[in-house]
Amino acid sequence: MTGTVIKLDGAEKSFGAVRALAGVDFSVRPGECVGLVGHNGAGKSTLMNILAGTLQRSAGELSVGGRNIEGTWTASRAQGDGVRCVFQELSLCPNLSVAENVRITHGAIRGMGWKSRAGALIAAKLDEIFPGHGIRPDDEISDLPIGKRQMAEIARAFTVTTEPLRLVILDEPTSSLDAVTAQQLLAFVRQETGRGTSIILISHLLGEILAASDRIVVMKDGKVVAEKPAREFTRDSLVAAMGSEVRHSKTATAKTGKSEAGMAVRVTTAGAIALEARKGEVIGLAGLAGHGQTRMLLQIYGRKNAEVKGAVAFVAGDRQSDGVFNIWSIGHNMSVRSVAALRRLGLIDVKAEQNLQGEWRKRMAIRTDDVNNNILTLSGGNQQKALFARALASDATIILMDDPMRGVDIGTKQEVYDMIRSEAAAGRTFIWYTTEFDELDHCDRTYVFRNQGIVAALDRSELSEERVLQASFAEAVA
Amino acid sequence: MINRSLLRQALPFLSLAVVLAATFYVQPRTMSYFGLNLMLQYAVPIALATIAQMFIITVNDLDLSIGPFVGLVGCVSATLLYNDPFLGVLALLALIACYGAVGALIHLRNLPSIVVTLGLSFVWLGIAVLILPSPGGKAPDWLKAIMSFQFPYVPFPIVAAVVIGLVVHVALMNSSFGVIARGAGGNPKALARAGWSLLWTKVSMYLLAGFFGVLSGLSLLGLTTSADAHVADRYTLYSIAGVILGGGEFVGGRVSPLGAVVGALTLALAGSFLIFLKISPDWQIGAQGAILIIVLALRAAVTYGEKRA
Repeated sequence: MTGTVIKLDGAEKSFGAVRALAGVDFSVRPGECVGLVGHNGAGKSTLMNILAGTLQRSAGELSVGGRNIEGTWTASRAQGDGVRCVFQELSLCPNLSVAENVRITHGAIRGMGWKSRAGALIAAKLDEIFPGHGIRPDDEISDLPIGKRQMAEIARAFTVTTEPLRLVILDEPTSSLDAVTAQQLLAFVRQETGRGTSIILISHLLGEILAASDRIVVMKDGKVVAEKPAREFTRDSLVAAMGSEVRHSKTATAKTGKSEAGMAVRVTTAGAIALEARKGEVIGLAGLAGHGQTRMLLQIYGRKNAEVKGAVAFVAGDRQSDGVFNIWSIGHNMSVRSVAALRRLGLIDVKAEQNLQGEWRKRMAIRTDDVNNNILTLSGGNQQKALFARALASDATIILMDDPMRGVDIGTKQEVYDMIRSEAAAGRTFIWYTTEFDELDHCDRTYVFRNQGIVAALDRSELSEERVLQASFAEAVA
Repeated sequence: MINRSLLRQALPFLSLAVVLAATFYVQPRTMSYFGLNLMLQYAVPIALATIAQMFIITVNDLDLSIGPFVGLVGCVSATLLYNDPFLGVLALLALIACYGAVGALIHLRNLPSIVVTLGLSFVWLGIAVLILPSPGGKAPDWLKAIMSFQFPYVPFPIVAAVVIGLVVHVALMNSSFGVIARGAGGNPKALARAGWSLLWTKVSMYLLAGFFGVLSGLSLLGLTTSADAHVADRYTLYSIAGVILGGGEFVGGRVSPLGAVVGALTLALAGSFLIFLKISPDWQIGAQGAILIIVLALRAAVTYGEKRA
């Protein structure tokens, strides 16, 4: 088997200032299963979306089946050329039946009797991949549990009508499958590659990757950092490849006056390890994105099954959707958390509000000459500072942060880190979900999440990128 | 135990049966060919407007201009179509094309459909008043003939409603095109990933809505025989209520054409029922609202139980 199914040369992709892909060479041969691993923000999803035609590369060459692709590589062209993708968030229409969802990816299923043809097609493929699946073609997707939805979507990706099937990209395909169905899928992957179909497998379960792949590609910071046949990798060498080569020296800020004062937050419902935060501590939440960190923050915020002593404020990471009030001024965006405290005779004390706004503009060094300007006149980093000011200016003693430094420049980050440190020294508690390793160095203790639970608690002295990776990617039974 | 999912689907039909039974009980003389014909004749334009609204709701939008649009169609038909059939047909086609353009605008500029169509409702009304400042005009004779057609044994409005419901049901629920349209409401991103054009899907649904809006206007004119710009102002809310009564949901591409027609019939009947109860017209809208709330509360109860089961 020679040639390539799909080949990227020097692919680059930027989102604003963030460089998601920085020159990636990547290729897949016919009948090959390529495992793709990497930590958060390594660029796996971006790469996959570019291959599937749902994102356009900023630079670089793409060739499919040996032909160079001119113009835009769209989702429908990818479909026509036999490139399929099973996305991590499912791409089924919940209001349609399984058979109707098959029709959506197959333009050729139409005319009289289309529904029974689509039903027969998906039923046969489900029987082949997941014997004993218990899914009927006319079941509505919204009535199926999440595991069965995932099975239906995976099976759909392998159905063939008039268009060829060359490459299927599976992004965390087993995330909602139980052990038995996951094994069925991996067995099918081996069988399907034997028939000449290529598969790209993305998974945080390294055992799956090692067992199913012919070749493993490791990504980090938008680049391919290692690429070898699967048998030349072990769990440990994979984890090592995902980590950075250079060891970071620990930020030399020994905890200043760790107060022995009582517990601020304690949550015991996330697995065997309890999350505990004392007054004046900075607690890090780590692990792969979407493994329960944000849910933990929301649980603490909502005080559901969580012991929380003190007022809580939340710093959102997704500024656009959960953070700024677009049509408000910078000042109002900062003081909104505190209006209850700024009341006098039931109305807002405008003078006090202005004082608060002015004070925090200075303390956070927000770069504006007038806090009455609209929030959107600020750069992203300064908007984020305003959101920090909103939390810090309030009476909250516990500050929850949901990966707040996304897309923030390095200068701003340093200023905010200093602020967090001094506020923690003053007795505030920070619980900080972050996808960046370096930020964990600022934390007194780090909890690593996997599958909605805490799998490791690392004190600052024990913290290393390797240990976080080990915990994030560990198998269920070691 | 009763199948709750089946119960939810049957709810629109049960509501219609209850309102029908109540009407027969209050006024037994309506239980006749003539009585039903009289009571339900205005259900045909309402059903058509409801179907138009349903197409828009399928793609997660809402049309607040359908009432004035139906009124405008009536005004155009009673003047232009009556005097010069060719120009009249052209004008009606142009109106349908406008709907398609509005759909494209809403999709391309990512505008809230409620705002755009609310603005448009004043535009339609304005044009209608310009065409026909005071009620008047004449319905084309063929239109009057269609709408006063006497079907043997079964009243015409019932036959018309069943035909409309079945045709649209097959087109939207059973055809391979209908799946794409409903998919666009259920998960637009998935549809785009599969290579479908969301723009064209939306435009087609708006065009269909425009087409059924025109049918609604024509059928209404056939009944009233002369036009009035304001005659269908209430249709906007009737059509939305009809879709929802019929088991549709505002978002998620969950609609039911048969249900929508049944919903429209229920609303039309509820009007007659309240008249028979001698409720003063001042209270009628409120009473209709109460019926709507009761049915929706029932549905919410059924759905809630279904989720817990």
